[in-house]
Amino acid sequence: MSAATSIPTQVNGTSGVLDQAFEDAGVQAHELAQELTSARGLLRFATAGSVDDGKSTLVGRLLHDSKSVLADTLDAVQRTSDARGSDTIDLSLLVDGLRAEREQGITIDVAYRYFATPARTFILADTPGHVQYTRNTVTGASTADLVVILTDARTGVVDQTRRHAAVAALLGVPHLLLAVNKIDLVNFDQQVFDAIAAEFSAYAKELGIHEVTAIPISALHGDNVVTRSERIDWYTGRSVLEHLENVDLTDDSADGSLRFPVQYVIRPRSDELPDYRGYAGRVAAGTVRPGDEIVALPSGLRSTVTAVDTADGERSSAVAGESVTLLLADDLDLSRGDLISGVVDAPTPVTEFTATVTHLADRPLRAGTRALLRYGSSTTRVVVTSIDHLLEIDSLTFVEAPKALALNDIAQVALRTAEALPVEAYRPGGAVGSLLIIDPADGTTLSAGMVGNRRAALHPETPAPSTTTGTQEESA
Amino acid sequence: MTITQNVERNRVASPHLRALESEAIHILREVAGQFDKPVILFSAGKDSVLVLHLALKAFYPAPLPFSLLHVDTGHNFPEVLAYRDRVVAEKGLRLQVASVQDWIDDGRLTERPDGTRNPLQTVPLVDTIADERFDAVIGGARRDEERSRAKERIFSLRDSFGGWDPRRQRPELWGLYNGRHAAGEHVRVFPLSNWTELDVWNYIESEGIDLPEIYYAHEREVFQRQGMWLTPGDWGGPGERERLERRQVRYRTVGDMSCTGAVESDATDVRAVIEEIIVTRITERGATRADDKLGEAAMEDRKREGYF
Repeated sequence: MSAATSIPTQVNGTSGVLDQAFEDAGVQAHELAQELTSARGLLRFATAGSVDDGKSTLVGRLLHDSKSVLADTLDAVQRTSDARGSDTIDLSLLVDGLRAEREQGITIDVAYRYFATPARTFILADTPGHVQYTRNTVTGASTADLVVILTDARTGVVDQTRRHAAVAALLGVPHLLLAVNKIDLVNFDQQVFDAIAAEFSAYAKELGIHEVTAIPISALHGDNVVTRSERIDWYTGRSVLEHLENVDLTDDSADGSLRFPVQYVIRPRSDELPDYRGYAGRVAAGTVRPGDEIVALPSGLRSTVTAVDTADGERSSAVAGESVTLLLADDLDLSRGDLISGVVDAPTPVTEFTATVTHLADRPLRAGTRALLRYGSSTTRVVVTSIDHLLEIDSLTFVEAPKALALNDIAQVALRTAEALPVEAYRPGGAVGSLLIIDPADGTTLSAGMVGNRRAALHPETPAPSTTTGTQEESA
Repeated sequence: MTITQNVERNRVASPHLRALESEAIHILREVAGQFDKPVILFSAGKDSVLVLHLALKAFYPAPLPFSLLHVDTGHNFPEVLAYRDRVVAEKGLRLQVASVQDWIDDGRLTERPDGTRNPLQTVPLVDTIADERFDAVIGGARRDEERSRAKERIFSLRDSFGGWDPRRQRPELWGLYNGRHAAGEHVRVFPLSNWTELDVWNYIESEGIDLPEIYYAHEREVFQRQGMWLTPGDWGGPGERERLERRQVRYRTVGDMSCTGAVESDATDVRAVIEEIIVTRITERGATRADDKLGEAAMEDRKREGYF
């Protein structure tokens, strides 16, 4: 069952009901406080959909039905709904942020939302659906463990659906959830849902996506969003929130060789610690322990880790994602921008490499453009030596490259750097193999890239992904 | 309040709090690595106290490579100022105070008819950033506080007037924060972007972080204005028809006394505060910040002008 249902009601009623809330929820709050304090995981996910697929309504519904919306926020939304002459409360108003967007009724930028259930804490990157906002979809999906793609049951899989799936595949997002919305408007017809799920599954297979889940929903009425709908009796799978609470988050980023970009050198130079020299950073991949042999890159000098230090004391190990300070046996004179790597499978520093880039700025990127390259914690000069192919995102095929990349273009480019960098193929999550191309004049981020050829890395020849639709499995 | 001194502390705290801590420390170290003269905005409010705590951890055992800046409206709670000065002295920090009163005295600012000084903080803040050539200004704002904040970047570019243009903000992908900026511009940095109010309190409990005492329930003389309990003071309250009462209250945010309201509460320790937050049906800003009630787009407008 969904643990979210045990959260005390925060939204029924409008104001002046605090005392009642405390009475009703006193004991429950105590228990919930224990649960919300106790160990639970973090799921980062993104939502994507076309303009009228009801994405804002779905997000509003998730926040509302998981009791994450507080009364005064809801009051404001109710007032606005009333002012616009709407009979029912418009939940999409919960998530429209900027005035420019509210006036135009669209979403123009990635917005971040937060909610929690006793099972998990969620960070949601809510990305707009317009064709011209590919850069926002890429941004939102860059750190996502899961992408929710919305489609309208009446129109099914459209170009925009394919585009969002392709972006998720390119970035290596491990889980895809297809929410087939407005299922009430096709009379809860199972055949319509099955056809859409099958078509999407076939496309996902071409993209090399390994896990797709499809769920029939009505965001407007709340069917299968938080609680399972009785009106869709042929569907026995999880609701959207239940799926988000249960999707497998195990990753292998703690396995394999250490990658530790040095962010900052900590040197107290105090009377007590005259010789302390610690390399501060966040483990990008692998695990580090005292006694591990390491190689510093690009210099290639070797040493041994003597301590994994933190403000809470020394640690016996640190894994990917953790911010720590490494002490080494030898004085290697490392500085910001260097990489501390495990000696096995260490990357080789190079000055020429290829990358799959998404262009993010209005000013164009051409062959010959000179810029700054950010990789890990290092910044160096870079020149775009060639633009090799443009990636047609609807079909995920390479086509002839234009003279210059425009905003939202995704392309395969060749780069040459002034200094050798220990680059290596992009890994999902971007802690390894991600880069930025920056305009040196004013610091504008021109493009974001993934080292290597991401299209080729998707392995379209892999076996068909197993699609879970809930109509083929026992109740979860 | 539980003060945990167990060295295993980091292993028992919730994994999602550990992830948020590591992310914030990574962001603060990026600031030290990318900028010449960063400063932490320190009001002694719980979010800025948390930023300072994380910054001290990020550079341990070295001293903090940032100084602190407090824009003092002149209407701050005395308990909060005492706390601020105690922390600065204990940790050996460098604090600069920009007093709104100085700007009023020399005519650069004019007192508002309603007496509230919260909106007046923007000019002293922007002037001080320019005068001191601060290139990174670290604040404790969170994206869950208010709708226009939900789109704020972790590294947020500001022009030479301190202004925020939503269309100039850079996409932030992966963990790559781009702090490059043109001369005269600066970057505001929000290490707590991904924290919620509940995360902040749970972390304060698990780390045993000391806060100004007005965050916990205490008896105080207050009067009611626009549905909020306000503390009397030189700033202009209570008015003729406003009656002083003794109430058991606590503050959910600390700011200018003229517009920061208390809520009635029995929560005398951090655990009780956490339980109260879970049942409270009123968001932080809506409950206690009169200036946000000015309009739906109030925060968006103030940010465009350089407000934090």
